[in-house]
Amino acid sequence: MPVIAPVDLESFVVSAAFLGDVAVFGAGDGAVHFQGGAETVVPVHKGGLLSASLTQDGKALVTGGADGRICRVTADGVVTELAERPRKWIDLIATGPQDAVAFASGRTAWVRLNNGEEKEFVHQRAVGGLTFAPKGLRLVTARYDGVTLWWVNAQGDPQELTWKGAHTGVSYSPDGKYIVTTMQENALHGWRLSDSQDMRMSGYPFKVKSISWSAKGKYLASSGAEAAILWPFTGKNGPMGQQPLQLGLRADTQVSVVCCHPKEDMLAIGYKDGMVMAVRFSDNAEVLLRRPGQGSISALCWDRKGTRLAFGTEEGAAGVITIAEE
Amino acid sequence: MSEAADSRIPVTVLTGYLGAGKTTLLNRILTENHGTRYAVIVNEFGEIGIDNDLLVESDEEVYEMNNGCICCTVRGDLIRTVENLMKRKGAFDAIIVETTGVADPAPVAQTFFMDDDVRAAAELDAVVAVVDARHVLDRLKDTDEAEDQIAFADVILLNKTDLVKDEELQAVEAAVRKINPYAKLHKTERCSVGLDAVLNRGAFDLDRILELEPDFLKTGDEHHHHDHECGPDCDHDHHHHDHECGPDCDHEHHHHHEDTHSVKSISFKAGELDPQTFLRWIGEVTQLEGPKILRLKGILAFKDDPQRYVVQGIHMIIEGNHQREWRSGETRESRLVFIGRDLDEKALEESFMACKA
Repeated sequence: MPVIAPVDLESFVVSAAFLGDVAVFGAGDGAVHFQGGAETVVPVHKGGLLSASLTQDGKALVTGGADGRICRVTADGVVTELAERPRKWIDLIATGPQDAVAFASGRTAWVRLNNGEEKEFVHQRAVGGLTFAPKGLRLVTARYDGVTLWWVNAQGDPQELTWKGAHTGVSYSPDGKYIVTTMQENALHGWRLSDSQDMRMSGYPFKVKSISWSAKGKYLASSGAEAAILWPFTGKNGPMGQQPLQLGLRADTQVSVVCCHPKEDMLAIGYKDGMVMAVRFSDNAEVLLRRPGQGSISALCWDRKGTRLAFGTEEGAAGVITIAEE
Repeated sequence: MSEAADSRIPVTVLTGYLGAGKTTLLNRILTENHGTRYAVIVNEFGEIGIDNDLLVESDEEVYEMNNGCICCTVRGDLIRTVENLMKRKGAFDAIIVETTGVADPAPVAQTFFMDDDVRAAAELDAVVAVVDARHVLDRLKDTDEAEDQIAFADVILLNKTDLVKDEELQAVEAAVRKINPYAKLHKTERCSVGLDAVLNRGAFDLDRILELEPDFLKTGDEHHHHDHECGPDCDHDHHHHDHECGPDCDHEHHHHHEDTHSVKSISFKAGELDPQTFLRWIGEVTQLEGPKILRLKGILAFKDDPQRYVVQGIHMIIEGNHQREWRSGETRESRLVFIGRDLDEKALEESFMACKA
């Protein structure tokens, strides 16, 4: 077994991330905990921390809370408030190019630019997910019956991609060619942006709540089954007409979180029983990283080098797993 | 608090027309000293003057699933809010959902059955309808929602009784009972009722279906408690005697052509049933008639089965399970109740009777 340095949060682990060498954990009670830095814990959100996203430069964690605040937390424990929407629950956060931060509550999304300017994007129905396009300052929102692509700075009509149903999360492929959403139904939906071709990825026994792009965007890994389901995005038609990989199959539980390794064709899989495994794509070789227990895995994140993995569970167990060099 | 295997959070849904008194009830629940910590989901903060950090405003987002059938609608905002609340697990003991006055209660209730994550985290305890005694008759004429809210309820607070005369109150009560004779009904002023009458009801708990509805098994005896005896003609289409009839009872029931309400309750009684036939039948009925069925509940005696089987449903959702052994001396009979709109009573009765063992 690899070495685990435990961190006890005592509440739901909403987010795990690395700020350089320091592991940070966002907790449901509103605190951010640190492992390997000068600080150990700082209170951030009164009433609870609901969302978090690592900035693109990897230097700060941006958090949203039930207190309506959006905060930036750095590895030294300094908390800076970026914006506030009193009485709103900020349960969606995305971080983009040029230090832009997007956040949403109910039917409204906002983007805060690095100069402090804020833009508002109002939707007919609730915003289900947020992300930024990898290039250019473009916000993508998942919503009922599809997604909307907004230009943050430029004028111009937003682009709408339509697919009936409730879209609850959204992700842009690293190469910028595809957008994929998680849905209220047990399915993913995707669009090839060159021609708006629909891609339906179904067959899941459960709702898909976690997706992760592999190194260079070759595969999209997903939860929603007893195994991690990985759709190939290498061919011209993306996953269409292809069988997904099924990795880390378990008989008695289901996958709760997936997190692809930043460099290798390998991923970390967290399960509802608390187990964590690393599995290689090529041969399904499995390495046990954490034994089951202390609640469903709710957060996973690799460090930039891919040598350490931060994890957390719904019952507040957390830690950093150092992967032995092979 | 205990983190036992079944630590699902109980959820109480408050429905009722604007001005009926939902906020009054909510404020009472939040201010009374009962030791229970509530997370509250409201449509708008309005006059809820409570300093509660687990008070959240949520726009009602009704999501259609798959085929657009009303039976498959859920409240997307509730799914999201419950997921967010689970990040605060341990900070509260129960959830209250306040709906808008015009809300259809079905998607709210269905959310707690249709969404796997919500179902794992939370458990519907009861749907409580606050009904304005002074205005409900007008609302029933104008809208389906007022009727649906009453039909759907497990507990009804007939509120503002101080603002109506006695005979008016009796007419209102009779109208409410006609739509839903099975809910627990409390007549209140300013929602003053013991909170144990509203909270922790377990109304969706199959084990408690009967415990909550003792009237379910009783026949006419209940009437002796009332200041009014029904006439012999009062045995109308419900086949039940558990409503409190007003003096105009006969009038109401004998003039169906004047009745603007389309929701009614139907109950059937039979002896032992053949389980295969019944389960196939109830599956078909809920698939075909689901849109018309608001609620259904039943206690069934299956042939050669020592245990009572209980079922409950909302539209197309149906749940059933063995409840407990039939007690010695208990009559092994099957009872099934539908509350619904435009139900074909005769066809349902015939097909139900065909399930007899």
